[in-house]
Amino acid sequence: MEQTISVSVNGRPYERSVEPRLLLSDFLRHDIGLSGTHVGCEHGVCGACTVLVDSAAVRSCLMFAVQANGREVTTVEGLDGGQEDLHPIQHGFWEKHGLQCGFCTPGILMTLVPFLEENPDPSEAEIREILSGNICRCTGYQKIVEAVQLSAILLQEKPG
Amino acid sequence: MSTRQFGQPIKRNEDPRLLTGRALFTDDVQLAGMLHVAFLRSDLAHARIRSIDVDGARQSPGVAAVYTADDLGDYWQPGPLLVPPLPVEQIEFYQRTQVPLAKEKVCHAGEAVAMVVAESRYLAEDALDGIFVDYEPLDAVVDLGSALAEDAPLVHDDLGHNINARVTQAKGNWVQAEADADLIIRRRFSYDRGTAAAMENRGIVANWEEKSQHLTIWDTTQAPIAIRNGLAAMLGLSEHQVRVIAPFIGGGFGPKIMMFYPEEVLLAWATMQLGRPLKWIEDREENFYATTQERGQVHDARIALKEDGTVLGVKDVFLHDAGAYAPYGLTVPVSSQCTLLGPYVVPNYHSEFTSVFTNKPIVTPYRGAGRQHGVFVMERLLDIAAKELAIDPIEIRRKNYIQPEQFPYANDIVFQDFTQLIYDSGNYEPALDRALDLVGYEAFVREEQPKRRAAGERVGIGVVSYVEGTGIGPYEGARVTVESSGKISVATGIGTQGQGHYTSFAQVIADQIGVKVSDIHIVTGDTDLFYWGAGTFASRGAVVAGNAMHAAASKVREKILKVAGEKLEAAEEDLELIEGRVQVKGVPQTSISLGQLAVGANPMRGGVKPGTEPGLEATEYFGPERGATASGVHAVILRVDPDTFNLEIEKYVVVHDCGKVINPLILDGQIQGGVAQGIGNAFYEQLHFDENGALLNASLMDYLLPTALDVPNIVSDHVVTPSPLNPLGVKGAGEAGAIPVGALFAQAIDSAFGDIGLEVREIPLSPNRLFELVTEASAREMV
Ligand code: FES
Ligand code: FES
Repeated sequence: MEQTISVSVNGRPYERSVEPRLLLSDFLRHDIGLSGTHVGCEHGVCGACTVLVDSAAVRSCLMFAVQANGREVTTVEGLDGGQEDLHPIQHGFWEKHGLQCGFCTPGILMTLVPFLEENPDPSEAEIREILSGNICRCTGYQKIVEAVQLSAILLQEKPG
Repeated sequence: MSTRQFGQPIKRNEDPRLLTGRALFTDDVQLAGMLHVAFLRSDLAHARIRSIDVDGARQSPGVAAVYTADDLGDYWQPGPLLVPPLPVEQIEFYQRTQVPLAKEKVCHAGEAVAMVVAESRYLAEDALDGIFVDYEPLDAVVDLGSALAEDAPLVHDDLGHNINARVTQAKGNWVQAEADADLIIRRRFSYDRGTAAAMENRGIVANWEEKSQHLTIWDTTQAPIAIRNGLAAMLGLSEHQVRVIAPFIGGGFGPKIMMFYPEEVLLAWATMQLGRPLKWIEDREENFYATTQERGQVHDARIALKEDGTVLGVKDVFLHDAGAYAPYGLTVPVSSQCTLLGPYVVPNYHSEFTSVFTNKPIVTPYRGAGRQHGVFVMERLLDIAAKELAIDPIEIRRKNYIQPEQFPYANDIVFQDFTQLIYDSGNYEPALDRALDLVGYEAFVREEQPKRRAAGERVGIGVVSYVEGTGIGPYEGARVTVESSGKISVATGIGTQGQGHYTSFAQVIADQIGVKVSDIHIVTGDTDLFYWGAGTFASRGAVVAGNAMHAAASKVREKILKVAGEKLEAAEEDLELIEGRVQVKGVPQTSISLGQLAVGANPMRGGVKPGTEPGLEATEYFGPERGATASGVHAVILRVDPDTFNLEIEKYVVVHDCGKVINPLILDGQIQGGVAQGIGNAFYEQLHFDENGALLNASLMDYLLPTALDVPNIVSDHVVTPSPLNPLGVKGAGEAGAIPVGALFAQAIDSAFGDIGLEVREIPLSPNRLFELVTEASAREMV
């Protein structure tokens, strides 16, 4: 009953045979070893599993791997050029202490990529609105909001 | 580095790994040949198990093993009692701890009944459908009040009652206080359950290597050393055969302490049976049942006062919900008992509690660990008394504060760490004044509130005080090593769950050794790299491990100066440590790098002087005499929507005193995160159990965690009263944000509905519940 899918993840092609019920989050984490995408609820609420599919932020726990067939997926591992060469949004989070345990962080970063592309100069209310789909249990969000504000500035200086 | 790193808002060493998805969390561990585990959990809260049929599961595709309690043989034992009962005279204590798999009876919904091991988690879960358990449902003990009724069902039949413990602690003479009082206030307060809901659920990977006879465990635990010692003993292994690694942990908040959760105990055993690595990762639904929870208490409290608002005494009798088992002793109710006294002089105190077993998930400390309840009761009593005596609520607090010259202040009862409850230091009024200032108290109460009220708005203000016992013993240790590269490596036994220890500890060390914070590499939570320690709990990491870091780094500094003095032919007092080098003061040309010194301190040939220790390394331990008492004031202005009864927080102020601050950035983060959890606890989060003990909202869709739209920006400031109990002068800060929020919301909501005499006596609230309370109060007002 397995199906063969080909997916591009972070620009690299993968061809794998998978069960139709395999979640995209499990495919990314376990089948191809990109464990930077986290799973906090598996029911679409926490946003930790957010990745980009064809440039749109989606919850990879609400999608089957087979649905990603023929599409382009970007995960947190595809955001930077290595630990030495962080994406501007990653810089924003580092500077402003926008993470504590860091478990929610990959999903938040991936949520922000398309958001900041479309809203290069967001208001605090807009930032809080977009963040409301991602739960962070550690930070109380204040420093995440500050991190997003700084990220927006950094992105304008040096687009990711 | 001539500038001091201690006290600087330095960004964190650990972040690049976390930000790029390259940090190792437990579920990221992948081992060749690994099998996956799923548990069959009881849907019923209380039932006798007549039989379990696992044949279907054994035949299910990809299944390697299925275990029930009977398959465990002698390994089936109730878990250890993690914290012994309090050493006080008036105590009764009945120990019942959790079992690996339920045997004759299930005692709470979600209790594990069978364990399936299969080639994938999907296949393991498929196989659960092939297990048939024949249950005889029993009446459940759910409500705290009825747990002690004559005819109550018994959670543990052999006990004959549902009492886990009864403890009385007292100081002074309450009876006299009552007799002398001008006013006695008497009320019942209740505080219901919530869950820590760390974003990362629990997880364990266990790998027994037959050839090396070695067991490695990756575990989402806050106390890896305790887990290693316990598992080694249970499995009959030497501690050297067991390595427990607590890698990056996605939030701890208490429930990830050394619980010896059934899953921890079972995976360690089963990997030895099967000779293959095993992984179990809790899913969110399991987390609502299988991870411990906190907070059910009902207090019957009285306060005795003089007409001028002077507190003469408090009497508090309360019930504490322990859940189905009580492995963590009495830490939570004892913290409630002790924290109630707060920053106030309470000359006479009588507190007695009964901890009861219920058919609900296990209760152990969750951020605050019972302190919330104590603060809620005391602050509410003061609010109600102030109203009754027509005294300003701020003034009644000010009047009863312990004064700076009264420290150390002895409360004559025993704290959860078994030492006398003595506050080391404190200075409460400056924090209060600062908070009033920041929240704009006078202007709000005199002008804004009356004006807005007249315009029909429901706006209220709250200001509450609290103390927090932090940084308790017994001890932690640290080993600091200068490597040949000149970089510093450091190991300690505690685990870390997002508190920034990799950075704050490095700051403490950097000041001693004169290197960059980013050149200090800290390993926490790997028992092979540091043998001794207790764990991360009770806001103690920065205090206890931080001071061990300081001690070890000071020792290394001495060693560096000694060998450098010999090499550079200079007196030690003429040397300074700067940017990874030792130089003669003011003569940078005469210097040597730490790397060169480290190489020299580990000679490969030739002789050394007798007594020479190799390397630039030191291991030191720190154990405080007793905990350090942090304190603070929270203030809020909030508006209640007249239609939805939702809250809008207009201003939130925290003024906190946790002694000297290692890293203000990290401290602010701890406070803000704590307040967010406090807000959740006060107004959004509540676990709803039905009368059969079934949990009705076991998902993040139904259990509402605060989002970025619910948590306001917090204005914070600090007052610094150093702790005299440790060389760094620090106090813990991990729980302060969360502790007073319930009391604060209650006061502010009362203030918004002052005209109808609303008196909030319970937490959590919700828009629904608030609507009910307001409706009741209005009806009373009309009569
Ligand atoms: S794991 Fe996908 S939304 Fe929570
Ligand atoms: S940083 Fe821990 S959940 Fe967000």
